[in-house]
Amino acid sequence: MGQAPRRKGFLSRILESGRALKWLMVAPALAILLIFVIFPLLWSLGLSFYSYSVMYTPPGVPPTFVGLQNFQKIFQDVNIYESFQRTAYFVALAVGLEFFGGFAIAELLNTRFRGRRIVVTLILIPMMTAPAVIGIFFEYMYNPTYGVVPYFISLVGIKDFNWMTREWVIPAVASMDAWMWTPFMMLIILAGLQAVPRYLYEAAEIDRASLWMRFRYITLPTISPILAIALLFRTMDALKLFDLIFPVTAGGPGAATQFLSVRLYLEVFEYFKTGYGSAFSYIFLVIIIVLSNIYVRVLTRRPQMMAPVEEAVQEV
Amino acid sequence: MQRRTKRQVKRIIRYALIIVVTAFFIFPLIWLGLTSIKPRAVLFDKPSWSSLFFEPTAKNYIDVFYREQYGLPPVRTYFEMLLVNSLLISLASVGLSTIIGTLAAWAFSRFEMRGKNTMMFFILSTRMLPPIATLVPLYLLYRALGFMYTHHGLILLYTMFTLAFSVWMMKGFIDEIPKELEEAAMVDGHSRLGAFFKATLPQALTAMAATAMFCLMTAWNEYAFALVVTGTDWTHARTAPVQLAKTFGESGYNWGLITASELIYLIPVIIITFIMQEYLLRGITFGTIKR
Repeated sequence: MGQAPRRKGFLSRILESGRALKWLMVAPALAILLIFVIFPLLWSLGLSFYSYSVMYTPPGVPPTFVGLQNFQKIFQDVNIYESFQRTAYFVALAVGLEFFGGFAIAELLNTRFRGRRIVVTLILIPMMTAPAVIGIFFEYMYNPTYGVVPYFISLVGIKDFNWMTREWVIPAVASMDAWMWTPFMMLIILAGLQAVPRYLYEAAEIDRASLWMRFRYITLPTISPILAIALLFRTMDALKLFDLIFPVTAGGPGAATQFLSVRLYLEVFEYFKTGYGSAFSYIFLVIIIVLSNIYVRVLTRRPQMMAPVEEAVQEV
Repeated sequence: MQRRTKRQVKRIIRYALIIVVTAFFIFPLIWLGLTSIKPRAVLFDKPSWSSLFFEPTAKNYIDVFYREQYGLPPVRTYFEMLLVNSLLISLASVGLSTIIGTLAAWAFSRFEMRGKNTMMFFILSTRMLPPIATLVPLYLLYRALGFMYTHHGLILLYTMFTLAFSVWMMKGFIDEIPKELEEAAMVDGHSRLGAFFKATLPQALTAMAATAMFCLMTAWNEYAFALVVTGTDWTHARTAPVQLAKTFGESGYNWGLITASELIYLIPVIIITFIMQEYLLRGITFGTIKR
């Protein structure tokens, strides 16, 4: 018989009534997030209206208020405009590769065979590796003179493949990202595929429905919510990609891999344009927040869509 | 009869494709391992069949810890201290984040709260922010607080960074533990909180371990925060990924050394992946897809 001590102090009153207790429990989490996310964000919102540099503004001199000039400058900055374009190109390419690759592999693995669990785990390892660490190694693998990737490409017939060129660097970086994150897509899509009730396929077989019809009218409707989640998740992560690229290319060659996060890093921590960078980060944030809103809405507001998936997924 | 052979051919093709796909995803890691035991002489050879046959060496692994100098005794590189930094910072932040996350998740799971969905939404949205965008103000905050180049500074950052995950993940797990266990404990005379510790927590320990493993991986792999808030060497809380990127820039493409240190860094992650295999799907979807 577990006998809890019964003191009627202030503390035990809190511990017994749920009302105060529940707030006490969430307080540390909320406090950390308020201090380390909300407060800095408010600070930088303020800074975005000032001309200020941590390096070049002398200590003691107050930042000068410039109103919306920072934002104005950003929208007129050709470099930043190009950075948006590059990011969009990269995201479309990388997420596209991951989506179709992930789908194909999920279809491939959506069958019973011995050693499936180990195969799935092996395929998932790339996703768990440190992007900064593996990114550096990709420089060795892609190197035009001693890299193994140009060697494989030369087997197909293309000689002298050099990834560090304006036209090839983004596809090359996208392929690195795809290597890391296709497994992610695969795992989620595989979970979706396994959730499709088997009797539906059996019924379709009796009706002699074509493969395409089966895919279009049975598979796709069942897994579309899960696809939406996977796609939005990857899109947001690809948009903010930094650690896979920066240690390797530092934005180069030229400015070819200066995606939004890389450009932002350079503006703030290389050129020390703190106020300007704050304004830039806000524009970046707004894009991410809009996207993450859609994402979270799909995730939380439609639990009934997820229910069949949750019930039927048994083993991946 | 013909139909049967056709099916068999299909199966063989499927297996062949599965092998090819698996090979594609683990090839870079195998190549990494091979490169790390190559002697310097063959590191820059053009790849070919014959480049697969070389005399393996452990020298690269020694170089990771001791740098040779001409005519002088070798100097320590303190790489192991960077690993210790990485480990200490990850473990401390993961401990904090799992404990704080579990408490919040329990409250979210067991109580009616005003604005609960809004709070959960807010917590998740902090994970969606691009680290670089939040780094600008955090850098200013850390300079003002004197948290730059400190272990506790990075620990708090990683706690913040992994907190959203642990709250969501733990809420998913705690939702599955029957409420009745706690109610029974309360009938036995335990307080509300006591019932949590007595009845629910023991059931949630495995879940906490799984959550902690994922957070550990995130913190261990993190680069952007560490790049900005840590100093130039191990006494300034520098973590290994940052140092690796720097070594890459400075060592004049000493690939043997780089790959050896990379492999040392990646092996724990690979082991954890295998331990965690049954939780992977749940982990990457923040606990929203359960099995």
